[in-house]
Amino acid sequence: MPEERQYCTFYLRDMYFGLDVLKVQEIIRYQPMTSVPLAHPVVRGLINLRGQIVTAIDLRLRLDLTPRPDDQVPVNVVVQTDDGAVSLLVDEIGDVLEVSDRQFERPPETLRGTARELIRGVYKLADRLLLILDTDRAVSLPGARELPNALQTRSTDLPGDSP
Amino acid sequence: MVVSPRDGETWDPMNEIIREFILETQENLAQLDTDLLILEKDPSEKETLARVFRTLHSVKGTAGFLGLDKLQALAHSAESLLSKLRAGELLFNQPIATALLEVVDATRQVIAAVEANGDEGSGDYSALTARLDDLRVANPTPIPVPAAPAASGAPAPLPALPVREHSPPPPAPISLPKPASEPGDSTPEPRSAGVSDTTLRVDVGLLDKLMNLVGELVLARNQIMQFSTSQEEPSFLGTVQRLNLLTTELQASVMKTRMQPIGNVWGKFPRVVRDLSLACGKQVRFEMDGQETELDKTIIEAIKDPMTHMIRNAVDHGIETPEARSAGGKPAEGRLHLRAFHEGGKVIIEIVDDGAGIDPHRVREKAIHAKIVSAEDAARMSERELVNLVFLPGFSTADKITHFSGRGVGMDVVRTNIEKIGGTVDLESQVSCGTTVKMKIPLTLAIIPALTVTASGERYCIPQVNLLELVRLEGEQAFRGIERIHGDPVYRLRGSLLPLFYLDEQLGNESARVADEVNIVVLQADDRQFGLVVDAIHDTEEIVVKPLQKQLKGIGVFAGATIMGDGRVALILDVLGLAHRANVVSGARGRAVNESSVESVEAHAQALASLLLFTTTDGSRMAFPLSLVARLEEFPRSTLEMVGAREVVQYRNEILPQLDVSRELRRLASSRNGQPTRSLKPRPVANGTVQVVVVAGREGRVGLVVGSILDIVEEEIIARNRTNRPGIDFTAVVQQRVTEFLDVERLIQASRSEIAENELATHAT
Repeated sequence: MPEERQYCTFYLRDMYFGLDVLKVQEIIRYQPMTSVPLAHPVVRGLINLRGQIVTAIDLRLRLDLTPRPDDQVPVNVVVQTDDGAVSLLVDEIGDVLEVSDRQFERPPETLRGTARELIRGVYKLADRLLLILDTDRAVSLPGARELPNALQTRSTDLPGDSP
Repeated sequence: MVVSPRDGETWDPMNEIIREFILETQENLAQLDTDLLILEKDPSEKETLARVFRTLHSVKGTAGFLGLDKLQALAHSAESLLSKLRAGELLFNQPIATALLEVVDATRQVIAAVEANGDEGSGDYSALTARLDDLRVANPTPIPVPAAPAASGAPAPLPALPVREHSPPPPAPISLPKPASEPGDSTPEPRSAGVSDTTLRVDVGLLDKLMNLVGELVLARNQIMQFSTSQEEPSFLGTVQRLNLLTTELQASVMKTRMQPIGNVWGKFPRVVRDLSLACGKQVRFEMDGQETELDKTIIEAIKDPMTHMIRNAVDHGIETPEARSAGGKPAEGRLHLRAFHEGGKVIIEIVDDGAGIDPHRVREKAIHAKIVSAEDAARMSERELVNLVFLPGFSTADKITHFSGRGVGMDVVRTNIEKIGGTVDLESQVSCGTTVKMKIPLTLAIIPALTVTASGERYCIPQVNLLELVRLEGEQAFRGIERIHGDPVYRLRGSLLPLFYLDEQLGNESARVADEVNIVVLQADDRQFGLVVDAIHDTEEIVVKPLQKQLKGIGVFAGATIMGDGRVALILDVLGLAHRANVVSGARGRAVNESSVESVEAHAQALASLLLFTTTDGSRMAFPLSLVARLEEFPRSTLEMVGAREVVQYRNEILPQLDVSRELRRLASSRNGQPTRSLKPRPVANGTVQVVVVAGREGRVGLVVGSILDIVEEEIIARNRTNRPGIDFTAVVQQRVTEFLDVERLIQASRSEIAENELATHAT
């Protein structure tokens, strides 16, 4: 029996991503951050979200994509995790989409690296693909200070580049 | 306070009843423990006996109502036994006390099982039940009481009454409660009006939230205060002032809601002491003072285990057996005293016993044997320091390992736990007189005073506890004040060398430094001091500590984060972690004894610190600690001038007396051999230069004239032999060669008095 699900969508480079709407606490515009020296490179800093200290993770770096150009201001997507709220920095925010389970498919086997780990599946929309991000995995960082650069070369052939 | 994960749970009246039952019973059990111990001492305490009886009765009633059959049966047997006691047919004695205390334990087990799984658990209490019955029957009636009702085994006529600490039992029986109409009242116990009208049970989560909100308010207040400095409107300034006062008061009140009397933790100790002393065959009188001293709930939780451990230690290892005590001329009954009080914004907790004390010599042997300290280091330690070695990992003085303690894990964990909450622990002991453990505990953790500094454009907070002093070097000083030993920067702080590191460097983002200004924050981590060089030092303010999220755990140099007055986030430095990162404090075993005396610090530093190696003018190889060295200089021989019998040099606007090491040593030796001392002949002015080590003596700087500087080494001193040669501390092997260690201070003192005498003599003639 097909079910309808709602996703909060956003863009990273030319890719279209979705997050379970129930996990999203709020969307806020970019704000100055306090950088954390010695932290994992995907951690962009700490922000003050109405008295709560929230770690901001750059999703572009988390997914081994090319860094965002300096003149492009990211948006904070604040998600709820077991460990409190965490902000994911994305390029641009999209609509909340309602999609049917029938359109869902597991990620193709050819998907490798960080993307394989973080992308739960794909919705085949009429005009493009919606990649579903595994929030819990996205916010848990691999071992202490492991640079994810090793995988950087593969980042270009991620599926999701719309046809 | 009640921890109940109420959120999100569907409300169920039965759950509510069970929860109330668990809470009530837990409270009552603590009281039962205390009451039974009172009864053991004084069986004639009728009031207490009645209270115990009522409590067990109500446990029985509720257990039956909730279908906890085993507990009901057990409580029933206990109650039957108690009714005999109450009627005076039996006398309260130790076997009865033990059995009843076991009932308390069994009830605890059942409660824990109910809380965890919702059923009674698998414990079998039939043996205990049988024993209770035996006690009831077998115990001969000591005093025949003809009037006693023959109600053995039957529930007493008294209905259940509420048992609350501090509230005297109501004079008349109150009728049993009506069937519950409201969930909150559904417990089978009625509440005594006096208490329930004035107290509330509040979820800890709510208090935490309140505390957080107050933290926010404090931050907002700081922000407004900052803004108000640029304003002149009097009514606004007045309002700000009021806001300030109210916030402070609110903060104090909310903190107070989290405060609990320390007695809440201590309540179980009389029982612990009793059981343990019985098991060890010891007699211990246990006293407590200052139960009402209040501490933050989180801190109370944190000190619970360390305290239990130390109390056990005191009974198990501290207090001797009655025979040993009598033989030593002490009363057979040992005394264990627990004391808590406020002092200087901290809470002091003392555990005092009058037992055997800790023998520093045995500690030394054990410590050397366990390779915790080297024999040389141990030989230099004071008794107090030796005793404090027990806090090092892997240490145990117990010859035999008992069930309760002595496995060598423990005291280091105690110390770690206490230090984790920002406290300290110290031990004092006298052989055969006893031991005192003293803990200093902060009142709260949530809001702490901290210093704000800047490094490479970001602000960081340094907790005030770690802060010793601030040093600011300007102009010429900034340029020359920081010297380098093998590339590592050091600063001379009142004559001793302070290792330095740069915060931005440690944090991996070095920035261009302004040359004409250096700010040093002198910090203490473990027992080492070091200087942290930062770009700028700002104010001290109260900050609200917030934990870091898991993405940032494991960095090791941050203790948390906080929100500053301008709303930006700042990281709080973990000074110990930072010191580890900078290698100022060595990792394993680096923690030395808690040194309280200055001598020991020096002794310790000597054993580990860098040495200056040099030859004297007559070629002997010598060394002394580099920490004494102020500068190494080379003077043209022509700059040496004679003042009286003294050789001096004009040096940095002061007159620096010069001592030739080999000549001074010769003179010391000859004066000791009773030979007359001759005044020094002025040396002929020669060409060339002299090598001078400038040292900071007690009365100003002195130049030591040496042959040549050989090296600066950092080495563990291998062999150490005492020597008779005056002015020499000892000889040791440094870099595979025998080296004499110069006693610099002695040399300076000796020459000073000598010169003074000579000058007097010349004046006289």
